[in-house]
Amino acid sequence: MTGVRIAGTGHTHFGQFPERTGRDLFAEASATAIERSGVDHSKIEALFYGNFMGELAEDQGHQGPLMAEMAGIRAPATRFESACASSGVAVREAVKDIRNGEADVILVGGTERMTNLGTAGATKALSIAADELFEIRAGMNFPGAYALMAQAYFSEYGGDRVDLAHIAVKNHENALENEYAQYQRAITIEDVLEAPPVAEPLGLYDACPITDGASAIVLVSDNFAERTGIDAPVSITGTGQGSDRMALADREFLARTPAATAAAEEAYGDAGISPEDVEVAEVHDCFTIAEVLAIESLGFFEPGEGIGAARAGETTRDGEIPINLSGGLKAKGHPVGATGTSQIIELARILSGQHVNSDAVSGAKIGLTHNAGGTVASTTVHVLEVVA
Amino acid sequence: MSEQRDEGYDEWIEAIERGEGYALECANGHGSLPPRRLCPECGDSELEKQPLPDSGTLDTFSTIHVATPAFTEDAPYVVAIADFGLLRLTGQLRGVEEPEVGMRVGVGIEGRKTTEEPLLVFRPA
Ligand SMILES: [Zn+2]
Repeated sequence: MTGVRIAGTGHTHFGQFPERTGRDLFAEASATAIERSGVDHSKIEALFYGNFMGELAEDQGHQGPLMAEMAGIRAPATRFESACASSGVAVREAVKDIRNGEADVILVGGTERMTNLGTAGATKALSIAADELFEIRAGMNFPGAYALMAQAYFSEYGGDRVDLAHIAVKNHENALENEYAQYQRAITIEDVLEAPPVAEPLGLYDACPITDGASAIVLVSDNFAERTGIDAPVSITGTGQGSDRMALADREFLARTPAATAAAEEAYGDAGISPEDVEVAEVHDCFTIAEVLAIESLGFFEPGEGIGAARAGETTRDGEIPINLSGGLKAKGHPVGATGTSQIIELARILSGQHVNSDAVSGAKIGLTHNAGGTVASTTVHVLEVVA
Repeated sequence: MSEQRDEGYDEWIEAIERGEGYALECANGHGSLPPRRLCPECGDSELEKQPLPDSGTLDTFSTIHVATPAFTEDAPYVVAIADFGLLRLTGQLRGVEEPEVGMRVGVGIEGRKTTEEPLLVFRPA
């Protein structure tokens, strides 16, 4: 079975660009990825593309062939929708196809246009990742769902808003020098605690922003990389996916995310590593509490221990396992369909020494990405390793 | 949206409104909500209606300040999850100033401010 290399990456600035079309965002990201890969357009055999709310944001479904056109390629193109894990799922399917010998070169990416909807419109669009009959009709929305998980976590394990605030402060700090990030600005614990409430106990600074952006990567087989002599030092060596009951109320645990544990166990087994081998990770921190649930489910911390990790300096840039050196969804931004590939791009750049924060983990060889959909009814986990 | 009928779900809401709320139970004791043909936990097809108990336990809650357009006039409101034995329900909590995890709540159907749709509501039991 061939390995899968990351040959090139492209990433738009993440931020508020309400006037930019989704297709233009992806055109920018894909052109950069293809150019940096050194792979000729004609060699690309498929586009696997993630997008969540195109129908709501710009009345645009069927985005696969549209985005292949924008990328300047003529190849079978498929859109993947798995809420906030849409492009994580696209990456996983591309990895499987290359390993199976179905293709040697696949363009993978994702886009989301959101800020043109306004805050209320984007909040509604995000909420459709929940169960329409039994959650949305009760008034639960995306921040509300994570607030319910945060309250359940506090009740079961303890912890408080100050613990969560340390996560927000850490991720903003990490994004300061990240040119792609929506917020390159430091915040304080007081800023987080005094921000207007969104869904208690979560406030405005516990939440990721609403973001426009796109990301793309060119994945190639080992054989293709060696044959063409392209520079592709980082490989995706593990992939895993997990699902859970759709509605939060139907889960066994309200303060744990077993779909992420299942995805992680599969990815660890696939890569032949254990959680202790992971030196750096990009996790899906759509809300501060989500980072806590992620680092526990991935096996970095025991249930109940993750809440204090940022406050204790264990997940900061000089901690034992730096989490979200890119700034995470929290500060880098969260253009939903683009997030899964963005995490892989940022981690690959960190591992290959090209990221502004690479110094924090210099010499690191193994990293992990965790991309979650809805209230973690979907998760993909990928292991990245420096192989060349 | 209010013109649309949702078979299975609408009958369940109407049953709760009459005080005859139910859950579906499979042969292995898993609870689920309609419309449903197979148990989501084990795939069993023998699903029987079981009456919901008069009260459940509040598992978690959140006061929502930033609402979607369907709830703007209702905000701030408290959304909650309560355990009714066979399953948990998601609804809005009314009639309590300081909610506490573990408190007993009953379930019913009430109105909302923003739209005409029915709303699943918990109140202290
Ligand atoms: Zn069952």
